[in-house]
Amino acid sequence: MAVANEPASSPLATAPAPGRRWGEVIIESIIKIAGVSVIFIVGFIFLFLLWEGLPAILDIPLRQLFGPQWYPIEEHFGLLPLLFGSLLVTVVAVLIALPLGITTAIYLGEIAPPWLRDILKPIIEILAGIPSIVLGFLGWIALAPLIQTMGAPTGLTAFTGALILAYMALPTIISIAEDALYAVPREYRDGALAIGATQWQTIWRVVVPAARSGMLIAVMLGIGRAIGETMAVLMVTGNAANIPAFSENWLFSPVRTMTATIAAEMGEVAQGSTHYHVLYAIGLLLFLITLAINSLAARLIGVSGGRRSRPGGSL
Amino acid sequence: MTRQQTHRIAITVMTIVSAIVVIPIIMVIGYVIWMGISAVNWEFLTQAPRNGMTEGGIMPAIVGTVILTLGTAIVSMPLSIATAIYLAEYAGDNRVTRWVRLAMVNLAGIPSIVYGLFGLGAFVLFAGFGTSIIAGSLTLGIMTMPVVISTSEEAILAVPQQFRTVSLSLGASKWQTIWHQILPQALPGILTGMILGLGRAAGETAPILFTVAAFYLPQLPQSIFDQTMALPYHLYVIATQVPGMPVSIQYGTALVLLGFVLSLTLIASLVRTFMRRQREW
Amino acid sequence: MPRRPSIAICLLLLLTALALSACSRTADAAGAQAGTGRAIQNKGSDTLVNLALAWAEQYRVEHPDISIAVTGGGSGTGIAALINGTVDIANASRVMKDDEIAEAQANGIDPQEYVVAIDALAVIVNKDNPVSELTIDQLADIFTGRVRNWKEVGGLDEPIILVSRESNSGTHVYFLEEVVRKGDKENKDVFARQTLLMPSSVGITSEVKRNPHAIGYDGLGYVDTNTEKLIAVAKDAGSPFVLPSVATGADGTYPIARDLYVYTDKSPSQAITDYLTWITGPEGQAIVAKLGFVPIAKE
Repeated sequence: MAVANEPASSPLATAPAPGRRWGEVIIESIIKIAGVSVIFIVGFIFLFLLWEGLPAILDIPLRQLFGPQWYPIEEHFGLLPLLFGSLLVTVVAVLIALPLGITTAIYLGEIAPPWLRDILKPIIEILAGIPSIVLGFLGWIALAPLIQTMGAPTGLTAFTGALILAYMALPTIISIAEDALYAVPREYRDGALAIGATQWQTIWRVVVPAARSGMLIAVMLGIGRAIGETMAVLMVTGNAANIPAFSENWLFSPVRTMTATIAAEMGEVAQGSTHYHVLYAIGLLLFLITLAINSLAARLIGVSGGRRSRPGGSL
Repeated sequence: MTRQQTHRIAITVMTIVSAIVVIPIIMVIGYVIWMGISAVNWEFLTQAPRNGMTEGGIMPAIVGTVILTLGTAIVSMPLSIATAIYLAEYAGDNRVTRWVRLAMVNLAGIPSIVYGLFGLGAFVLFAGFGTSIIAGSLTLGIMTMPVVISTSEEAILAVPQQFRTVSLSLGASKWQTIWHQILPQALPGILTGMILGLGRAAGETAPILFTVAAFYLPQLPQSIFDQTMALPYHLYVIATQVPGMPVSIQYGTALVLLGFVLSLTLIASLVRTFMRRQREW
Repeated sequence: MPRRPSIAICLLLLLTALALSACSRTADAAGAQAGTGRAIQNKGSDTLVNLALAWAEQYRVEHPDISIAVTGGGSGTGIAALINGTVDIANASRVMKDDEIAEAQANGIDPQEYVVAIDALAVIVNKDNPVSELTIDQLADIFTGRVRNWKEVGGLDEPIILVSRESNSGTHVYFLEEVVRKGDKENKDVFARQTLLMPSSVGITSEVKRNPHAIGYDGLGYVDTNTEKLIAVAKDAGSPFVLPSVATGADGTYPIARDLYVYTDKSPSQAITDYLTWITGPEGQAIVAKLGFVPIAKE
């Protein structure tokens, strides 16, 4: 193990310097520049959104920006209904996806026989591969009428969107939760079983608590995935820029999310108009929200911790 | 209730929940195939839409998606692989590397519609490409970078250390070692990552909405500065904008899109399995 | 080290990359040379998009050398694209606003307006809805949310679900000005906030078709009377109720009808001028009638 984990730079760094041609120096510099290009790309996207979004934040009084009315053709740019819509759909989606995803991860990792796991895991991978427009199309043509027949005044509701988003977030949640469970040392399970606990007790009292932080990451990335989803939500949530009254059934009200707003309205606006800048400001907001979530999750996972160790290199 | 009973109930509940997760996936795929298969035939795949798109095929959308997928590959492959080589072979454990990784994680997390906004502002308007294949490919290319980088890096790291040690001890330079020894060995992994990334790009609608997609084009694009039709956007259009659209064509288009994207995933896993068998370690 | 099996793959990959870059280079050159051969870019109103598509398809049959790229998205979309100089022809179901014209002129584009068809805006409800006649006043009450139950306008005791186009559509703006605000410039009423905003015309007909509580409006060309029910509309309480049709739209008895426009830059190319002449000529107008729109009167 010690050999395998040794940083590769040590033998490579002592590579013989003589005989190196200019071409190689150039190639290596290109690679080094390319390596850091990712930072510049993210920075560039951020600066671009800021550049185009800032005029909106500066021009529109904050009180209006956080007002309750979104009606851009009359210059009402209240973001509250859109924030509400995104939040409601995302929270409900995660509330649906979380128990489903974590239970499935536990089932796959701890209970399912290997042959069943070999069938189920590819199916879940397939779910991750289904384009959101296909799910949106099915939601629009099949799920919405179904929800309407269940008694909602219309099938195009926050719940319809949340249900689809939940399934879209499931592959992420399941795979991260599985990793977290996998990382719990074998000895924990063996120990618990040895002192006479049932398999369920072992899972519930020992394995799951040990995997807690991994579960938290699963939740966060699930949120990150759900809040940025666009096409499916655009097609099934009804897009009414409305915050339902407290007495109404929020779940079965139509809502308008930030992503759907951009998708539906961006094509319309003239470059440089207030509306154009406001849509970029919404994009900036989405960027910052996902940036915060992903940075935090990355910190928890430890992804940002420099060089990765090499996996076992001996044969 | 005894512990054994609790155990049995818990296991049952978990089995049911897993079924709730998996069964709808099978149903969705099965339903799309069931409803769409009757529309998909040779004519559907090779002809242009006719009569307000309610007849004929979806060939221009298929071709457009293939072109966009290739364009995405051309944009993202060189930069992504170079970045992966950097991360795997050159990067030290320092602040810059940490920033690169953080940037990658965030690039992967940016909502697709924000990529669409960025593509519109940066490539369509600022760079002056107009709604065009090049603007769409650049947008999708940047979007796929994180997937390609991380899978390529893993593939490069998975090449055993001995390859490097031997090559270097025989007098090869670092770059020679990477080019002649490590990259060929890591290629299957890199290809797998590339194809997976392309699969994701091919199915995306939001990033191409403002950057490249056309409602209807009478002919195939002639240059990379032309717009093109594309399968995901075409599905959106015929699902929501064309009156009197036969349901079978809608499902048929959904099926072709699903088939295209999933077969890329399938190819990726075949490449992986096939190349693994050829591996020398 | 033994032979390297992957080197073949490496080569293959390289070749593909080379071939692709070569391809893109030739495509590049073609794009540079093409210039005039480039498709006429036509974008805008969703109301017009299917009509524009039908025109483009038919025109291509008669003039195989001219190709026209059609995109929807809404009138605002097309006008914005015209202002930004990214389209040749913008379709609009409303006139350009003064500030839009000013913006276009600031970008060096002088928009020219052409009326290409007339559209009767049909108010539609579900087949099962007993309501079949409404006045403009009632419609305004319904769409602003002052009336929220069907029994208040002679229907069942059920909630009203409002369905509208997105605010970027000319249809939305027209309906807002002529129905919700009853043509009164001082009136500042807007659509009720719980209104479902559909990104497209078909979204409205689909929702109305399947939802017994829904009421929406759409270009007559989009309505399928087998699945949706047309509402007869009266200008005011004393006027007769009129069903929308090509005839009532043309003679002006149906109160909610508007012109449909296309916009181009001041001096378009010959190809575009020819196309516009063809659209407004007998062949183009025959297609207008075929799709359920009202042809423009002959001068």
